[in-house]
Amino acid sequence: MTVVLFTFYAFAVSTLLGGLMTVISRNPVHSVLWLILSFLSAAGLFVLLGAEFVAMLLMIVYVGAVAVLFLFVVMMLDVDFAELKAEMSKYMPLALLIGVIILMQLALALGVWGFSDGYQGRILAPVGTATNTAALGMLIYDKYLILFQLAGLILLVAMIGAIVLTLRHRVDIKRQSPVAQMMRDPALAMELKDVKPGQGL
Amino acid sequence: MMSADLTIVLPEILLALYAMLALLGAVYTGKDDTASLLTWLTGGVFVLLAIWIGTTGGDRVTAFDGMFIADGFARFAKVTILLSAAAVLVMSQGYMERRGLLRFEYPILVALAVVGMMVMVSAGDLMALYMGLELQSLALYVVASLRRDSVKSTEAGLKYFILGALSSGLLLYGASLTYGFAGTTLFSGIIAATQGGVSLGLLFGLVFLISGFAFKVSAAPFHMWTPDVYEGSPTPVTAFFATAPKVAAMGLFARVVFDAFGGVVGEWQQIVAFLSVVSMFLGAIAAIGQTNIKRLMAYSSIAHMGFALMGLAAGSAFGVQAMLIYLAIYVTMNIGTFAFIMAMEKDGRPVVEIKALSLYSKREPLRALAMLVLLFSLAGVPPMVGFFGKFYVLRAAYDANLGWLAVAGVIASVIGAFYYLRIVYYMYFGAETEALDGRMSPVLWTALMGSAAIMVFGVVNLFGIEPLAAAAAATLVH
Amino acid sequence: MHAISTNYLPIIIFLGLAIALGAILVLAAAIVAVRNPDPEKVSAYECGFNAFDDARMKFDVRFYLVSILFIIFDLEVAFLFPWAVAFKDVSMVGFWSMMVFLAVLTIGFAYEWKKGALEWQ
Repeated sequence: MTVVLFTFYAFAVSTLLGGLMTVISRNPVHSVLWLILSFLSAAGLFVLLGAEFVAMLLMIVYVGAVAVLFLFVVMMLDVDFAELKAEMSKYMPLALLIGVIILMQLALALGVWGFSDGYQGRILAPVGTATNTAALGMLIYDKYLILFQLAGLILLVAMIGAIVLTLRHRVDIKRQSPVAQMMRDPALAMELKDVKPGQGL
Repeated sequence: MMSADLTIVLPEILLALYAMLALLGAVYTGKDDTASLLTWLTGGVFVLLAIWIGTTGGDRVTAFDGMFIADGFARFAKVTILLSAAAVLVMSQGYMERRGLLRFEYPILVALAVVGMMVMVSAGDLMALYMGLELQSLALYVVASLRRDSVKSTEAGLKYFILGALSSGLLLYGASLTYGFAGTTLFSGIIAATQGGVSLGLLFGLVFLISGFAFKVSAAPFHMWTPDVYEGSPTPVTAFFATAPKVAAMGLFARVVFDAFGGVVGEWQQIVAFLSVVSMFLGAIAAIGQTNIKRLMAYSSIAHMGFALMGLAAGSAFGVQAMLIYLAIYVTMNIGTFAFIMAMEKDGRPVVEIKALSLYSKREPLRALAMLVLLFSLAGVPPMVGFFGKFYVLRAAYDANLGWLAVAGVIASVIGAFYYLRIVYYMYFGAETEALDGRMSPVLWTALMGSAAIMVFGVVNLFGIEPLAAAAAATLVH
Repeated sequence: MHAISTNYLPIIIFLGLAIALGAILVLAAAIVAVRNPDPEKVSAYECGFNAFDDARMKFDVRFYLVSILFIIFDLEVAFLFPWAVAFKDVSMVGFWSMMVFLAVLTIGFAYEWKKGALEWQ
């Protein structure tokens, strides 16, 4: 067994294990940690495929940001997860059935895997000598310009949506205004009193 | 070459630019005080764009290596989307302002959703399709839960989001299977790859894609989110959901099955016919037990999508023409009906119970009459325009040797007429209950009366929509 | 064997070593260490008191808003990355498309700044 093959199986097993444990572990925080293991292993699989950039993206975005967000959500919600789990076990047979069906479909799809005639001419992005990331850089901003700009718009909508749904402007608290602080004139704000000794104000 | 491409997508660019400028302008000036003005302005921009798109443009042109297609079909769909979005936006201003829901982000999110819809109907590539769809959906998830202090509205947004994400997952799985077996994401490439029939893998991809679309058009058996989302969202948002996004999703559906899988009509025809039959019957039967008019409209839209899918199932140019006519009529009817629903209130609070309409005709004879016309039209009772919509799709199905589908459509239509007529019964013969308030803003009144008038006077020549739809369908089906 | 995976061989070896070392340390504690549990010894306490509260507190939703905004800009940076790597070869169109992308997100940034989403009230 070559090193590549061994690494592939190691990563594949830990991806599946991570996914399984995410679903069945009792503590939701542990679930998130297992999910991170799954993400990391998937990143390893991407490296083996030669998709370095996607692998690093998985680390930065999913492990670095999304998983942290998941932790926030898990900690923000006041949900009795043990109760939810009990509820879930009622539907377990149905879930298993669906899982088996999807698995069979995957097997079917893989079993007849084959390309249509002349696919080679249509497969895009010959990597050639450029590194993976540079090759992507040549494609995304030029050939796929419209998709790239639409992605920008989607991010804008996400930004607006997050603010619209969660930001509350509280009126009953005092806010700091840096401009007002800087513009404050000592001559107006302070009054000097000449206090005579022994008399007080 | 780049400037030629940009000219083709100019309407989308302008609308996106407008949305961003409006966002900046509003946040740096009056914030929510500008919301009313912005709502009207956005409606105006939609109408201007619709006029521009409708009057210009010639043959089918593609931009960005075929990823974006501008043809007659896209133009027809875009004009319908823009006009209906404008109507709903203008109608919603008064309703949302009175309930403190009118925030300046609302028209901007709707504008960005419309950009997404315009990309959807013009997509020439699975990736462009997905980006347009997500842009549209993401904005819609947010407006669904705009009333964020209400549990129902939040629930609507969350349900819409989770099931929408599931459907996006199905769609992406289908798209990746299609890409894997065809070797390309371009529709022109996929249709070339399916010249000699489809392999089993590609068929799987096609089925998953169609399941994803069925979610988006809320066709049974992928309809389960619709009633809850319609019920929970603020009524103007529900009106929006029932109009423009439906046209966009149907446009996208037709675009993919004809542009990418037009060579293998037999493969998807039976799936679409199945979706059509199930939707028609489920919409007709499940609506009978509803007491909430918003939920009833949700089931009504499911049934109507079933009829529109019947046109698609015909797999011919005439079928697409029938589908387009049906959608245009459906959207017009829904604008009027929702104008009526938005005006249903008592002591300033919205009322959605159907029973509250009892003896409405005694107090507001003209409005009750307009609603009667609209309900008859929704039910497809001749001689209202709604009947002609149904007539077109039934004929398309019959011409395509889908006689059984046409018969099923007629039966479902008869069953469905029951619940529309029940509302009419309440309005004219119901028992005396506490009255609804009589107020109705001029905008809503105009929308209701205009829509009802179209349903009556449109029988002459359907306002000339027939040749337009025929021309649009001809560009999609070669 | 791919060229790419040979580049990563040191990391794979390092990963194997880290996992092995971690496993050995955990297992050693389980096997070698003396364990003598006692109800008093294993019970939780806070400075001599019983635990007052559940250790898992509910977070404020504002944390969530901050992290969502962080993710959005994180993704923006992810898009910048291939552009920067291929900067020498990217065409003029590619250059300006990135400028437009940044402008769109700057508009979003200006919006959230003015809206007060970046303030911790």
